Amino acid sequence: MLTITQALHDQIVAHARQDHPDEACGVVAGPAGSGRPERFIPMLNAARSPTFYEFDSQDLLKLYREMDDRDEEPVVIYHSHTATEAYPSRTDISYANEPGAHYVLVSTADTDGAGDFQFRSFRIVEGEVTEEEVKVVEAY
Amino acid sequence: MAIEVRIPTILRQHTDGQKAVEAKGDTLAELFADLETRHAGIQARIVDGGELRRFVNVYLNDEDVRFLDGISTKVADGDNVTILPAVAGGMA
Repeated sequence: MLTITQALHDQIVAHARQDHPDEACGVVAGPAGSGRPERFIPMLNAARSPTFYEFDSQDLLKLYREMDDRDEEPVVIYHSHTATEAYPSRTDISYANEPGAHYVLVSTADTDGAGDFQFRSFRIVEGEVTEEEVKVVEAY
Repeated sequence: MAIEVRIPTILRQHTDGQKAVEAKGDTLAELFADLETRHAGIQARIVDGGELRRFVNVYLNDEDVRFLDGISTKVADGDNVTILPAVAGGMA
């Protein structure tokens, strides 16, 4: 299960909405071993694409250095799908390299109708996808 | 002296959980071959068909080696090498 604050949830959705029609991506870091997402870090989608995302390689290095220095890990890795449901694609699965992370997908497919944004969370371990419950709380 | 190689979480299964290991070589290709002699299986996670895998980033002293000479990039004692899998995906 992913437990996340309403504030972080809303920041992720706002980022996805803002970058639409491109895919948005980022991380929520938290203290190593805690499983608690705390620090919202929106990332630039270097691919600037409606169908693909990739963290810029220099930004990626800086991010991991910073997390290392602060004894953090990527608790949540999020990105948006702009025209399909919030479910990991084959591409998502083949590049998922953080078995300890919650992979959050937001769909902005219905953004024009301003409908509800799908916000779903998955574990992706060795090519296997498991959806998990998302519990949104006011505070931890 | 040797070259320090920082290992990402996903590859630490090959290094007994160590975050950084040492290796030797004149180029990245040699360095990864040297790593393989002590950490079986790691080379294939980084290199495919003699080239760096597309979604594995390798940095030499903080510079992405794709902007240097890729896997042929020369390395020397005291350098540090960081390996980080790309964070990528998308509906395509």
